Amino acid sequence: MHELSLTQTIITTVLEVAAGQPVQRIVLEIGQLSGVLPESIDFCFAACAAQTPLAGAQLDLVVIPGRGCCRDCGHQMDLDIPYGMCDRCGSLAIAVIAGQSLLIKSLEMLVCV
Amino acid sequence: MCVTCGCNDTPPASFTSLEPSPPEPGSEVLNTVSHPLEVKVLAHNDRIASHNRSWCENHQVLALNLVSAPGAGKTSLLVRTLEDLKDRLTMAVLEGDQATSRDGDRIRATGCAVVQVNTGTGCHLEAAMVQRGLQTLNPPAQSVLMIENVGNLVCPALFDLGERAKVVILSVTEGDDKPLKYPYMFQASSLLLINKIDLLPYVDFDLDRCQAYARMVNPAIQVMALSAVTGEGLDNWYTWLLGARTQVL
Repeated sequence: MHELSLTQTIITTVLEVAAGQPVQRIVLEIGQLSGVLPESIDFCFAACAAQTPLAGAQLDLVVIPGRGCCRDCGHQMDLDIPYGMCDRCGSLAIAVIAGQSLLIKSLEMLVCV
Repeated sequence: MCVTCGCNDTPPASFTSLEPSPPEPGSEVLNTVSHPLEVKVLAHNDRIASHNRSWCENHQVLALNLVSAPGAGKTSLLVRTLEDLKDRLTMAVLEGDQATSRDGDRIRATGCAVVQVNTGTGCHLEAAMVQRGLQTLNPPAQSVLMIENVGNLVCPALFDLGERAKVVILSVTEGDDKPLKYPYMFQASSLLLINKIDLLPYVDFDLDRCQAYARMVNPAIQVMALSAVTGEGLDNWYTWLLGARTQVL
Protein backbone atom coordinates (compact mmCIF):
# COMPACT_ATOMS: atom_id res chain seq x y z
CA MET A 1 0.00 0.00 0.00
CA HIS A 2 1.84 3.06 -1.27
CA GLU A 3 -0.52 5.31 0.73
CA LEU A 4 1.46 4.43 3.87
CA SER A 5 4.73 5.87 2.58
CA LEU A 6 2.87 8.86 1.06
CA THR A 7 1.26 9.57 4.45
CA GLN A 8 4.65 9.42 6.15
CA THR A 9 5.92 11.93 3.59
CA ILE A 10 2.93 14.21 4.26
CA ILE A 11 3.60 14.12 8.01
CA THR A 12 7.32 14.86 7.56
CA THR A 13 6.59 17.77 5.21
CA VAL A 14 3.94 19.30 7.48
CA LEU A 15 6.14 19.03 10.59
CA GLU A 16 8.98 20.78 8.73
CA VAL A 17 6.74 23.65 7.64
CA ALA A 18 5.06 23.98 11.03
CA ALA A 19 8.45 24.22 12.75
CA GLY A 20 7.06 23.37 16.17
CA GLN A 21 3.84 25.36 15.94
CA PRO A 22 0.66 23.37 16.69
CA VAL A 23 -1.13 22.26 13.51
CA GLN A 24 -4.93 22.16 13.68
CA ARG A 25 -5.88 21.27 10.13
CA ILE A 26 -4.22 19.91 6.98
CA VAL A 27 -5.94 20.23 3.61
CA LEU A 28 -4.89 17.59 1.12
CA GLU A 29 -5.95 17.56 -2.54
CA ILE A 30 -6.23 14.09 -4.08
CA GLY A 31 -7.07 13.69 -7.75
CA GLN A 32 -9.47 10.89 -8.61
CA LEU A 33 -6.90 9.71 -11.18
CA SER A 34 -3.81 10.15 -9.01
CA GLY A 35 -3.60 6.43 -8.19
CA VAL A 36 -4.08 7.22 -4.51
CA LEU A 37 -7.05 6.07 -2.43
CA PRO A 38 -8.39 8.85 -0.12
CA GLU A 39 -9.79 6.32 2.37
CA SER A 40 -6.36 4.70 2.70
CA ILE A 41 -4.67 8.06 3.32
CA ASP A 42 -7.26 8.78 6.02
CA PHE A 43 -6.62 5.40 7.64
CA CYS A 44 -2.83 5.74 7.47
CA PHE A 45 -2.89 9.31 8.80
CA ALA A 46 -4.74 8.30 11.95
CA ALA A 47 -2.17 5.59 12.58
CA CYS A 48 0.98 7.50 11.59
CA ALA A 49 0.13 10.84 13.23
CA ALA A 50 -0.64 9.26 16.62
CA GLN A 51 2.96 9.33 17.83
CA THR A 52 3.76 12.78 16.40
CA PRO A 53 2.87 16.40 17.22
CA LEU A 54 0.15 16.04 14.54
CA ALA A 55 -1.91 13.72 16.73
CA GLY A 56 -5.37 15.29 16.89
CA ALA A 57 -4.87 17.46 13.81
CA GLN A 58 -7.77 17.34 11.37
CA LEU A 59 -7.08 16.00 7.88
CA ASP A 60 -9.41 17.36 5.20
CA LEU A 61 -9.35 15.49 1.89
CA VAL A 62 -10.51 17.37 -1.19
CA VAL A 63 -11.09 14.96 -4.07
CA ILE A 64 -10.70 16.44 -7.56
CA PRO A 65 -12.80 14.64 -10.20
CA GLY A 66 -11.10 13.17 -13.26
CA ARG A 67 -11.56 14.92 -16.62
CA GLY A 68 -10.34 13.97 -20.05
CA CYS A 69 -10.08 15.71 -23.41
CA CYS A 70 -10.21 13.92 -26.75
CA ARG A 71 -7.00 14.57 -28.71
CA ASP A 72 -8.87 14.11 -31.98
CA CYS A 73 -12.05 16.20 -31.60
CA GLY A 74 -11.43 18.24 -28.43
CA HIS A 75 -14.53 16.94 -26.64
CA GLN A 76 -14.21 16.93 -22.84
CA MET A 77 -15.59 14.21 -20.56
CA ASP A 78 -15.63 12.91 -16.99
CA LEU A 79 -13.19 10.07 -16.29
CA ASP A 80 -13.14 7.73 -13.32
CA ILE A 81 -10.26 5.66 -14.72
CA PRO A 82 -7.21 7.17 -16.44
CA TYR A 83 -8.23 6.15 -19.98
CA GLY A 84 -11.44 5.93 -21.96
CA MET A 85 -13.22 6.37 -25.25
CA CYS A 86 -14.49 9.68 -26.56
CA ASP A 87 -18.29 9.59 -26.36
CA ARG A 88 -18.50 11.95 -29.36
CA CYS A 89 -16.06 10.55 -31.96
CA GLY A 90 -15.06 7.16 -30.48
CA SER A 91 -11.33 7.97 -30.32
CA LEU A 92 -9.22 6.23 -27.66
CA ALA A 93 -6.70 9.08 -27.61
CA ILE A 94 -7.86 10.74 -24.41
CA ALA A 95 -5.61 13.17 -22.55
CA VAL A 96 -6.21 13.44 -18.82
CA ILE A 97 -6.68 17.14 -18.05
CA ALA A 98 -7.76 17.03 -14.39
CA GLY A 99 -7.69 14.69 -11.46
CA GLN A 100 -4.04 13.68 -11.28
CA SER A 101 -2.93 16.02 -8.51
CA LEU A 102 -1.63 14.98 -5.11
CA LEU A 103 -0.97 18.16 -3.13
CA ILE A 104 -0.71 19.44 0.40
CA LYS A 105 -2.87 22.52 -0.21
CA SER A 106 -2.66 24.33 3.13
CA LEU A 107 -2.21 24.12 6.88
CA GLU A 108 -3.98 25.80 9.74
CA MET A 109 -1.66 26.49 12.62
CA LEU A 110 -1.97 28.11 16.01
CA VAL A 111 0.46 31.00 16.14
CA CYS A 112 1.29 33.59 18.79
CA VAL A 113 0.15 37.14 18.01
CA MET B 1 -42.99 50.10 24.53
CA CYS B 2 -42.35 47.97 27.58
CA VAL B 3 -43.72 44.45 26.88
CA THR B 4 -44.39 43.79 30.56
CA CYS B 5 -46.68 46.67 31.51
CA GLY B 6 -47.09 48.84 28.37
CA CYS B 7 -45.21 51.87 29.76
CA ASN B 8 -42.97 53.97 27.55
CA ASP B 9 -39.92 54.34 29.79
CA THR B 10 -37.82 51.39 28.57
CA PRO B 11 -34.27 52.68 28.85
CA PRO B 12 -32.42 52.77 25.52
CA ALA B 13 -29.88 50.00 25.05
CA SER B 14 -26.44 51.22 25.87
CA PHE B 15 -23.31 50.37 23.86
CA THR B 16 -19.85 50.89 25.20
CA SER B 17 -16.91 50.82 22.86
CA LEU B 18 -14.21 48.56 24.32
CA GLU B 19 -10.67 49.12 23.19
CA PRO B 20 -8.53 45.95 23.28
CA SER B 21 -6.43 46.05 26.38
CA PRO B 22 -2.70 45.61 25.89
CA PRO B 23 -1.56 42.05 26.68
CA GLU B 24 -0.14 41.45 30.09
CA PRO B 25 3.63 41.07 29.94
CA GLY B 26 4.39 37.38 29.41
CA SER B 27 0.89 36.43 28.29
CA GLU B 28 0.36 35.14 24.71
CA VAL B 29 -2.65 35.18 22.40
CA LEU B 30 -2.95 32.22 20.00
CA ASN B 31 -4.64 32.73 16.65
CA THR B 32 -5.44 30.21 13.96
CA VAL B 33 -3.57 31.12 10.79
CA SER B 34 -4.10 29.47 7.43
CA HIS B 35 -0.84 28.79 5.61
CA PRO B 36 -1.08 28.02 1.86
CA LEU B 37 1.41 25.35 0.81
CA GLU B 38 0.62 23.83 -2.62
CA VAL B 39 3.38 21.25 -2.14
CA LYS B 40 3.34 18.04 -4.18
CA VAL B 41 3.33 15.05 -1.87
CA LEU B 42 5.86 13.34 -4.11
CA ALA B 43 8.09 16.44 -4.41
CA HIS B 44 10.83 15.03 -2.15
CA ASN B 45 10.97 11.71 -4.04
CA ASP B 46 10.91 13.52 -7.39
CA ARG B 47 13.82 15.77 -6.34
CA ILE B 48 16.01 12.76 -5.50
CA ALA B 49 14.87 11.01 -8.70
CA SER B 50 15.98 14.07 -10.62
CA HIS B 51 19.44 13.84 -9.00
CA ASN B 52 19.63 10.14 -9.92
CA ARG B 53 18.65 10.97 -13.50
CA SER B 54 21.33 13.69 -13.75
CA TRP B 55 23.95 11.34 -12.32
CA CYS B 56 23.08 8.70 -14.92
CA GLU B 57 23.06 11.23 -17.75
CA ASN B 58 26.43 12.63 -16.70
CA HIS B 59 27.89 9.11 -16.63
CA GLN B 60 26.06 8.01 -19.78
CA VAL B 61 24.41 5.23 -17.81
CA LEU B 62 21.12 3.85 -19.15
CA ALA B 63 18.86 3.20 -16.13
CA LEU B 64 15.77 1.06 -16.66
CA ASN B 65 13.09 0.37 -14.06
CA LEU B 66 11.74 -3.17 -14.51
CA VAL B 67 8.25 -3.54 -13.06
CA SER B 68 5.76 -6.42 -12.96
CA ALA B 69 3.55 -8.51 -10.72
CA PRO B 70 5.41 -11.09 -8.61
CA GLY B 71 6.37 -14.11 -10.69
CA ALA B 72 6.16 -12.53 -14.15
CA GLY B 73 9.78 -13.47 -14.80
CA LYS B 74 11.76 -10.25 -14.23
CA THR B 75 14.74 -12.01 -12.70
CA SER B 76 14.71 -14.86 -15.24
CA LEU B 77 14.64 -12.33 -18.08
CA LEU B 78 17.45 -10.37 -16.45
CA VAL B 79 19.63 -13.45 -15.95
CA ARG B 80 19.11 -14.48 -19.57
CA THR B 81 19.81 -10.92 -20.80
CA LEU B 82 23.00 -10.67 -18.72
CA GLU B 83 24.27 -13.96 -20.10
CA ASP B 84 23.35 -13.27 -23.73
CA LEU B 85 24.72 -9.70 -23.82
CA LYS B 86 27.73 -10.03 -21.52
CA ASP B 87 30.15 -9.46 -24.40
CA ARG B 88 28.25 -6.43 -25.72
CA LEU B 89 27.11 -4.52 -22.63
CA THR B 90 28.40 -3.75 -19.17
CA MET B 91 25.47 -4.09 -16.80
CA ALA B 92 24.80 -3.64 -13.11
CA VAL B 93 21.66 -4.60 -11.22
CA LEU B 94 19.78 -3.11 -8.30
CA GLU B 95 17.49 -5.82 -6.93
CA GLY B 96 14.41 -4.78 -4.98
CA ASP B 97 12.50 -7.29 -2.88
CA GLN B 98 10.68 -7.15 0.43
CA ALA B 99 12.89 -9.89 1.86
CA THR B 100 15.77 -12.27 1.11
CA SER B 101 18.70 -12.00 -1.28
CA ARG B 102 17.49 -14.88 -3.45
CA ASP B 103 17.16 -12.76 -6.61
CA GLY B 104 20.40 -10.91 -5.90
CA ASP B 105 22.16 -14.28 -5.55
CA ARG B 106 20.85 -15.40 -8.95
CA ILE B 107 22.19 -12.22 -10.55
CA ARG B 108 25.53 -12.50 -8.73
CA ALA B 109 25.94 -16.04 -10.08
CA THR B 110 26.16 -14.57 -13.60
CA GLY B 111 29.16 -12.46 -12.52
CA CYS B 112 27.24 -9.19 -12.73
CA ALA B 113 27.62 -6.44 -10.11
CA VAL B 114 24.48 -6.39 -7.96
CA VAL B 115 23.11 -4.67 -4.86
CA GLN B 116 20.12 -6.21 -3.10
CA VAL B 117 17.68 -3.74 -1.54
CA ASN B 118 15.20 -5.21 0.94
CA THR B 119 12.27 -2.88 1.50
CA GLY B 120 10.88 -4.71 4.56
CA THR B 121 7.24 -3.68 4.74
CA GLY B 122 7.64 -1.38 1.71
CA CYS B 123 5.81 -2.41 -1.46
CA HIS B 124 7.93 -0.41 -3.95
CA LEU B 125 11.35 1.15 -4.45
CA GLU B 126 11.73 4.90 -3.86
CA ALA B 127 14.27 7.28 -5.36
CA ALA B 128 16.30 7.50 -2.13
CA MET B 129 16.85 3.72 -2.18
CA VAL B 130 18.15 3.95 -5.74
CA GLN B 131 20.37 6.87 -4.74
CA ARG B 132 21.99 4.74 -2.02
CA GLY B 133 22.18 1.82 -4.46
CA LEU B 134 23.97 4.02 -7.01
CA GLN B 135 26.51 5.07 -4.37
CA THR B 136 27.20 1.44 -3.48
CA LEU B 137 27.19 0.04 -7.02
CA ASN B 138 28.89 3.00 -8.68
CA PRO B 139 28.10 1.62 -12.15
CA PRO B 140 30.82 2.33 -14.71
CA ALA B 141 30.33 5.00 -17.38
CA GLN B 142 28.39 3.91 -20.46
CA SER B 143 26.92 0.89 -18.65
CA VAL B 144 23.32 -0.23 -18.21
CA LEU B 145 21.72 -0.13 -14.76
CA MET B 146 18.80 -2.53 -14.41
CA ILE B 147 16.59 -1.65 -11.44
CA GLU B 148 14.38 -4.63 -10.64
CA ASN B 149 11.48 -3.20 -8.65
CA VAL B 150 9.46 -5.03 -6.01
CA GLY B 151 6.94 -7.37 -7.67
CA ASN B 152 3.76 -5.29 -7.62
CA LEU B 153 1.61 -3.95 -10.48
CA VAL B 154 0.21 -1.03 -8.46
CA CYS B 155 2.50 0.93 -6.15
CA PRO B 156 5.77 1.23 -8.15
CA ALA B 157 3.87 3.10 -10.90
CA LEU B 158 3.77 6.29 -8.83
CA PHE B 159 7.40 6.55 -7.85
CA ASP B 160 9.95 8.05 -10.23
CA LEU B 161 13.36 6.54 -9.48
CA GLY B 162 15.30 8.61 -11.99
CA GLU B 163 15.15 5.91 -14.66
CA ARG B 164 15.16 6.65 -18.37
CA ALA B 165 12.21 4.30 -18.90
CA LYS B 166 9.96 1.88 -17.11
CA VAL B 167 9.74 -1.56 -18.72
CA VAL B 168 6.67 -3.54 -17.63
CA ILE B 169 6.79 -7.33 -17.86
CA LEU B 170 3.54 -9.29 -18.07
CA SER B 171 3.46 -13.08 -18.29
CA VAL B 172 0.79 -14.88 -20.27
CA THR B 173 -0.34 -16.80 -17.18
CA GLU B 174 -1.60 -13.54 -15.66
CA GLY B 175 -4.30 -12.90 -18.27
CA ASP B 176 -4.48 -10.54 -21.25
CA ASP B 177 -6.69 -7.94 -19.54
CA LYS B 178 -4.09 -6.77 -17.02
CA PRO B 179 -3.43 -3.44 -18.83
CA LEU B 180 -7.09 -2.45 -18.35
CA LYS B 181 -7.15 -3.56 -14.72
CA TYR B 182 -3.84 -1.96 -13.70
CA PRO B 183 -3.74 1.06 -16.03
CA TYR B 184 -1.35 3.25 -14.04
CA MET B 185 1.57 0.87 -14.48
CA PHE B 186 0.99 0.44 -18.21
CA GLN B 187 0.59 4.20 -18.64
CA ALA B 188 3.86 4.88 -16.86
CA SER B 189 5.81 2.34 -18.95
CA SER B 190 7.48 2.86 -22.33
CA LEU B 191 7.82 -0.83 -23.19
CA LEU B 192 5.65 -3.89 -22.47
CA LEU B 193 7.37 -7.27 -22.60
CA ILE B 194 4.89 -10.15 -22.72
CA ASN B 195 6.82 -13.03 -21.21
CA LYS B 196 6.38 -16.83 -21.09
CA ILE B 197 4.92 -17.09 -24.61
CA ASP B 198 6.13 -20.72 -24.62
CA LEU B 199 3.10 -21.33 -22.35
CA LEU B 200 0.57 -19.83 -24.79
CA PRO B 201 -0.78 -23.26 -25.89
CA TYR B 202 -1.83 -23.95 -22.31
CA VAL B 203 -3.51 -20.69 -21.28
CA ASP B 204 -6.33 -18.49 -22.53
CA PHE B 205 -4.25 -15.46 -23.51
CA ASP B 206 -4.69 -13.50 -26.73
CA LEU B 207 -1.52 -11.57 -27.68
CA ASP B 208 -3.35 -9.19 -30.04
CA ARG B 209 -6.03 -8.45 -27.45
CA CYS B 210 -3.43 -7.76 -24.78
CA GLN B 211 -1.60 -5.39 -27.12
CA ALA B 212 -4.87 -3.61 -27.98
CA TYR B 213 -5.70 -3.19 -24.27
CA ALA B 214 -2.21 -1.85 -23.56
CA ARG B 215 -2.58 0.72 -26.38
CA MET B 216 -6.01 1.76 -25.07
CA VAL B 217 -4.33 2.73 -21.82
CA ASN B 218 -1.12 4.03 -23.37
CA PRO B 219 -1.18 4.66 -27.16
CA ALA B 220 2.60 5.19 -27.21
CA ILE B 221 3.62 1.95 -25.49
CA GLN B 222 5.84 -0.47 -27.46
CA VAL B 223 4.95 -4.15 -27.14
CA MET B 224 7.14 -7.25 -27.60
CA ALA B 225 6.33 -10.89 -26.96
CA LEU B 226 9.09 -13.23 -25.78
CA SER B 227 10.10 -16.19 -23.69
CA ALA B 228 13.05 -15.88 -21.32
CA VAL B 229 13.17 -19.70 -21.21
CA THR B 230 13.17 -20.65 -24.92
CA GLY B 231 14.72 -17.38 -26.14
CA GLU B 232 11.92 -16.73 -28.65
CA GLY B 233 11.49 -13.00 -29.28
CA LEU B 234 14.53 -11.97 -27.22
CA ASP B 235 16.24 -10.45 -30.27
CA ASN B 236 13.62 -7.66 -30.36
CA TRP B 237 14.23 -6.88 -26.70
CA TYR B 238 18.00 -6.85 -27.19
CA THR B 239 17.67 -4.55 -30.22
CA TRP B 240 15.51 -2.17 -28.14
CA LEU B 241 17.98 -2.30 -25.26
CA LEU B 242 21.05 -1.61 -27.41
CA GLY B 243 19.18 1.20 -29.17
CA ALA B 244 18.16 2.79 -25.87
CA ARG B 245 21.75 2.60 -24.68
CA THR B 246 23.00 4.30 -27.85
CA GLN B 247 20.61 7.18 -27.14
CA VAL B 248 22.31 8.00 -23.82
CA LEU B 249 25.86 8.02 -25.25
